[in-house]
Amino acid sequence: MTVAVQTDAEGYLSNKADWSEDLAGEIAKEFGVELGAEHWTVLNAARAIEEESGSSPGLRKISKRSETPIKSIYKLFPDGPAKLIAKIAGLPKPKSCL
Amino acid sequence: MTEETKKKRSLSVICSKGSFDMAYPGLILANAARMAGVDARLFFTFWGLDIVNKKKVDHLHLNLVGNPSAPIPAMIAGLPGVEALATAQMRKEMERLDIPPIREFIEMLDDAGADLYGCQMALDMFKLTKDDLVPQVKEVLTAMDFMDMSEGAQIIFI
Repeated sequence: MTVAVQTDAEGYLSNKADWSEDLAGEIAKEFGVELGAEHWTVLNAARAIEEESGSSPGLRKISKRSETPIKSIYKLFPDGPAKLIAKIAGLPKPKSCL
Repeated sequence: MTEETKKKRSLSVICSKGSFDMAYPGLILANAARMAGVDARLFFTFWGLDIVNKKKVDHLHLNLVGNPSAPIPAMIAGLPGVEALATAQMRKEMERLDIPPIREFIEMLDDAGADLYGCQMALDMFKLTKDDLVPQVKEVLTAMDFMDMSEGAQIIFI
């Protein structure tokens, strides 16, 4: 299935309202990730932080909030977890360096 | 598409300074690279070895003397205890911003899949062995080894 939603030049979702859990699954698939419960713990944490603080979080915050070790996050979302999590969770590019 | 080119990106950071303030830039850059899916390796040489020296990693000091950006005059900065005080102050501020202490940062980098290397010549010079370094240091290398490893990588010298 092809995903037909608007993204910016780097592939982050343009319109938050377009996001849904199904869409997240489709985006994840495009990156070769099959979303399971552990993925969702991480994604939900990222979305919760963004909702509270208004800024797309880096991995350290996501790791703490989701109580998922950094090492596991890299396994769950290989090849650039900070970017991948933001893309799948429908958030903008993270502003954090950590 | 770009995935292909992204896979090939890699970053080599050479850390040559051992002051508290010069330890962080290399660590932060390598971490940012890993978060973005870029391979990262760090080479600790000369004073940079202090960053991965078990005995020193928790006691690095800010460099205030001879640092034109220092917030206090050099004469005062040179007095005993002043750098320690300023370092403690900065540590507190970093804690507030949730920037991890250096030892924890190194663990984080290791978990993130960055590779850490010690410089053979610097170890010899300081009469240290690999056992004196934090366990996250994967190997001790010569500069030539590191160059070979860095083929095609972007290199940053700090």
